[in-house]
Amino acid sequence: MATKDSVAGTIKVALILCVVCSVFISSAAVILKPFQVANKLLDRNKNILSAAGMFDPALNSNAEVDELFARFTIQVVELDSGEILGAERLAELGIDPATYDERSVFSDTQFSDVLGEDEDIADLKRRVRFSTVYTLPTEDGAVETIVIPVSGYGLWGTMYGYLALDGDGNSVNGIGFYEHKETPGLGGEINNPRWKSLWPGKKVYDEQGEVALNVVKGTGEGDFEIDGLSGASLTSRGVDNMIAFWLGPNGFGPFLTKLNEG
Amino acid sequence: MATDTKTLLFKPVVAENPITLQILGICSALAVTTSLRVTIVMCIALTVVVAFSNFFISMVRNYMPSSIRIIIQMAIISALVIAVDQLLQAFAYEVSKQLSVFVGLIITNCIVMGRAEAFAMKNPPVPSFMDGIGNGLGYSSVLLILATVRELFGSGSLFGIEIFPLVSNGGWYQGNGLMLLAPSAFFIIGFLIWIVRTKRVDQVEKNEFHIAPHTTQEVAH
Repeated sequence: MATKDSVAGTIKVALILCVVCSVFISSAAVILKPFQVANKLLDRNKNILSAAGMFDPALNSNAEVDELFARFTIQVVELDSGEILGAERLAELGIDPATYDERSVFSDTQFSDVLGEDEDIADLKRRVRFSTVYTLPTEDGAVETIVIPVSGYGLWGTMYGYLALDGDGNSVNGIGFYEHKETPGLGGEINNPRWKSLWPGKKVYDEQGEVALNVVKGTGEGDFEIDGLSGASLTSRGVDNMIAFWLGPNGFGPFLTKLNEG
Repeated sequence: MATDTKTLLFKPVVAENPITLQILGICSALAVTTSLRVTIVMCIALTVVVAFSNFFISMVRNYMPSSIRIIIQMAIISALVIAVDQLLQAFAYEVSKQLSVFVGLIITNCIVMGRAEAFAMKNPPVPSFMDGIGNGLGYSSVLLILATVRELFGSGSLFGIEIFPLVSNGGWYQGNGLMLLAPSAFFIIGFLIWIVRTKRVDQVEKNEFHIAPHTTQEVAH
C-alpha cells in the first residue's frame, strides 16, 4: 500500500482521474448538445409567439411552435440607420439571421457600442449595433406583426423580453418577458397575463413622432398610458425606460420610421 | 442485510436528517423551494448525485492517495453534477432555466461532500449508494415540505395549479409575499427543527455555555 501514497502513485491516480472525468463530461456534452440547442431555439420561438399573442401554454402545445413560427420572417436590422441588412452585408458580418443572438454578442466590441450616459435611459451600459426583428407577413405581403427584442434594468437586474407591434409600427400587439430578476409577487407580476392584457391596442408614438407610451402610477388612461404595477414602482419605471429606449432614436425608432414611410 | 439497507435508507429521513439535524444544504433549500415542480427536479438531481458520488468514491476509496483525497472526491462530484446539469438542459429545459446556478451549486452542497467523507470512504459501494439515496430522501422530504407551504401560501397554487384564487387574478386570496422570499424558508426550517426535536429529545444539543446564577455583591467580593 506504500505505492499509492508515493509521489509517483499520487500523480498516476490524479492523471487517470482527470482523463476519466474529462472523457465522461465531454461525451455528455457532445451527445446532449443537439437536444440543448433545439430546446433553446424552441424556447426563444415560444417567447416570440407568446409576445405576439399567438401562443398560450394552456391552449397550445410545443409541437405547434415550429409550425406557427415558420410564418415569421427573420431579419437583422442595423439599429442606427434602421436598414434591414441584405444578404451581402450579412455574409460580410458573418451573421446568420436564424441563429443570430443579440445577447451573445452584447459585450463584443465588434458588434456593440458603449452607450453614453444621457443615451442610456434603460441602464443597459452597452447596445448591440444589429438586432433581429421578426415580422409576420399577411397573405398579400403587407406586414401584420413586428416582434422586437427589448431589455431594460428593473429593480434587481436586467429584464429581457419581446415587444410585438402591429404592422403600422405604432400600435402595441403584446409584450412578454422571458427573463427577469424582479421580486416574486410584486415586480415579478410583469409576467401576469392580466397585466400584459393591458398592452394590446395602446399606441407608441404621438403626432410629433415622439415615444408617448408610458407606464404610469395608478390607473392609466387613454391610448398612451399603462397602469403601473402596485408595489413595484421601480420595476414599472424600468419597463417605462425600456420602452422609451427601444422605441426611441437609439433603439428601433429609425427602423419603425422607415417601415412606416416604405 | 435487509434491515441494514432499511436503516441506511430511512434513518436519514427523520432520525439523522441532513437538514434538520446536521443543518447541511440550507443554501439550496432556501433558493429552490418557491415552487413544487422545480423543487422535485432539484431533489431528484441531488439524490442522484449523492448516490452515485458515494458509489464511485467508495469504489475507488482503496486506491486514493490520502494527500489528494478531497480533490478526487470533488472531481468525481463535479463530473456527476455537470452531467446532471447537461441532462436537465437537454430534457427539462424549462425547469433547468429556473434552477439556473443551483444545479451547479450541488457541487458545493455540504451533504454530498459530507456523505463522501463520512460514509463512502469507510464503506463498500452498495451500502454507500444506499446511504446516498437515504440522505437524498432526507433532503427531499424537508424540501418538499418547504415547497408545499411556500407555494401554497405564497402563490396560492400547488404544481402551478390554482388552489386559492389570488386577488390579482380576481379571487379572494392575498398571496403572502414573504413566502416567496428566501427568509421564509428559514422560518419554516426553524419550525421543522422545533417539531422534530420536541418529538426526539435526544437530538437537542447540550448548551455550550451556561450563564452562572446571579450572586449578591457581598458574595462576589
